Amino acid sequence: MDQLIQTLLFGLSNGFVIALIALGYTLVYGIIQLINFAHGEIYMIGSFMALTVITTAGVSWTDPVGARLVVIVLALMAAMLFAGSINFLVDRVAYRRLRRAPRLAPLITAIGFSFVLQNIGIWWKGARPLQFPALLPPTNILTDWLHLDTTITFSIPMLFVMVVTVPLLLLLRWFVRNTRLGKAMRATAQDRDAAALMGIDVNRTISLTFLLGGLMAGAAGLINGLYNNQVVFNMGFFAGLMAFTAAVLGGIGNLTGAVLGGIFLGLVGALSDSYLQAQWTPAIVFAVLVLVIVFKPSGLLGEQVADRA
Amino acid sequence: MAPRHPSTRPRRLPLLLLAVVLLLPALVACGEASSPTASSGGGGGTTPTTASGSPGAGGDKGVIRIYSSWPLTGSSQKLGQDMVDSVKLAIEDRNGTVAGYTIEYVPLDDATAAQGTWDAGKEAENANKVVADPDAMVYIGTYNSGAAKISIPILNVAKMAMISPANTYPGLTKAAEGVVEANEPDVYYPNGVRNYCRVCPTDELQGAVAANWAKELGAQKVYVLDDTQLYGHGIAVVFANTAREIGLEVLGGPEGIDYKAPDYRALMTKIKSLDPDLIYFGGLTDTNAGKLVQDMRAVGMTDVMFMGPDGIFNDDFIKAAGPAAEGVYATFGGLPGSELTGKGADWYRKFKEKYGHEPDAYAAYAYEAASVALAAIEKAGVKDREKIREALVNTKDFDGLLGTWSFTETCDTTLTKMSGSQVKDGKWTFVKALEAGV
Repeated sequence: MDQLIQTLLFGLSNGFVIALIALGYTLVYGIIQLINFAHGEIYMIGSFMALTVITTAGVSWTDPVGARLVVIVLALMAAMLFAGSINFLVDRVAYRRLRRAPRLAPLITAIGFSFVLQNIGIWWKGARPLQFPALLPPTNILTDWLHLDTTITFSIPMLFVMVVTVPLLLLLRWFVRNTRLGKAMRATAQDRDAAALMGIDVNRTISLTFLLGGLMAGAAGLINGLYNNQVVFNMGFFAGLMAFTAAVLGGIGNLTGAVLGGIFLGLVGALSDSYLQAQWTPAIVFAVLVLVIVFKPSGLLGEQVADRA
Repeated sequence: MAPRHPSTRPRRLPLLLLAVVLLLPALVACGEASSPTASSGGGGGTTPTTASGSPGAGGDKGVIRIYSSWPLTGSSQKLGQDMVDSVKLAIEDRNGTVAGYTIEYVPLDDATAAQGTWDAGKEAENANKVVADPDAMVYIGTYNSGAAKISIPILNVAKMAMISPANTYPGLTKAAEGVVEANEPDVYYPNGVRNYCRVCPTDELQGAVAANWAKELGAQKVYVLDDTQLYGHGIAVVFANTAREIGLEVLGGPEGIDYKAPDYRALMTKIKSLDPDLIYFGGLTDTNAGKLVQDMRAVGMTDVMFMGPDGIFNDDFIKAAGPAAEGVYATFGGLPGSELTGKGADWYRKFKEKYGHEPDAYAAYAYEAASVALAAIEKAGVKDREKIREALVNTKDFDGLLGTWSFTETCDTTLTKMSGSQVKDGKWTFVKALEAGV
């Protein structure tokens, strides 16, 4: 029983990180039907930025809590803004010119950009896996704070993943549903020409979408760094693959679906690692994807057009 | 609810296609292997980066080119560079000339940035490039056993001598029951003659040594993991088999991990519930050994031992694992540079003086491989691939920096001395010499 709960907790933490990245896929797909393959790399760039801020600040886990928290917040903002701007720039430089081109053209461009960004990653931090400083103490909340007699670990880094991710997800949802800009995004997603006729600046709205997706990816970069303590230039590929799967699983274009898809994948992966042989995990994850596409082509939650953006 | 506009209706077929496209890179490794690319002849399209030693010293009979092929990008970058530096040192020690020929050395990289580790297509490209260069006489490499599987047959057809400093998978040269495939090693030698030798002892020795050492360290219950690659899985199987033979309880495995996964906490939770004394990982730093150790510690297995083969016995592993690396054990199919005596000690001193840091464990083997190759060229005395190949496989009583040794019939080294090391204060520290076949 303990093992099951433990496995689910680990799966949940991984799932949240996947969900944050999946949002970027789903936002962009929702508005311009482009699968932005460079998105995984945006996440990698975000985590590199966070690492740079943390190393420049020179803090380690021995510094006082306050100093560490300040640095974490700074790193989070830097990673989000940087990843967001890069995503915005990629759209401005490459995808915008292809807005009216056949769909395959921006897709291939996105694949090309993922290579460009990977190589920027190598140039920036080298090709080796890097240790991301563990700024969060590995304290087990259940035993050390709540004094429960249990073998289950629920550590501060795991709590951190949830505490940062959940508000971001809610904030994004609120933004898309309740603000003017969010309304513009939804309108653009439904019909770009009609939206333009209604006076919506379509290009600006699309840029905003890329910015938002990048912000989420940047946050995921920092969160993953502090949780998994390791970054490497090609981490974006696998993460992007999982996130894309999560987005499709939940119904691509659907925000809630992407989050649920991410959590679902995290849980499936963890359960497979824990109860089956670990070498089957990717096979199981993608088998789930294939099954969902075959039997429910619109994803678990289906596509809610009004929600889409 | 706004009405659904036809133009926004999603198309599902592209999505399905994309899922397939996304999986392609994983398959490329198997698919690209047979694409001969070098057709430029002459210099093979590459300018030699080093003509080592003093060029004025001799070499009036022309140029002999030596190539090496191992990862120079990705997580094995530092050890690859150390091996290149060590080969350069071996050529310099002969003033850059052998038997009247000027020796030129061209290090090739068999890793791609996208993979982060060796790539089958790149290795095939390297081998074909070298075969196409008429001045190329010796191929030093590879680091990864899986890569050697690809280049040995290509070079075998060209009768070119190949010598590896680091391949430890037994099946490349010999049959070993339960460890290698039924058609190995003959499948790699279409020409019928041997052209491939190695200067390091193989995994069926190292895996057994590791199991014995684990018992000696007090382990009774072990869990075995591997990275599903040729090298890692092979050595994990040997470890598990030997462990059972000598009375250790194997709780599970060899279980393969997905080395691209970002996290192994769930896997480690399962292992923790079985309460092992030691976890053995057949794999490399490249295949995420660092993260595995981190997650093992993260789920609370702080006093469980972790042991790996020579693939994690490098500084990159400590960089990747961080503080979690402390206390990790590794075996190595030889002695680390600092423990070498005689010629080996001279080499160790020289390397540190020249490059200003500790050589990676395999640097000594790269030097040894290069020296044996140069000795074979000297013995052959002519620029002829077949004669040099013959001289190489018949090397006997070679007095090198690892000691005095010969090549066996299968072109393996007669050396069996191995060593065990442990991470202490963030550095690999020699623990003891281990003898194979104990």
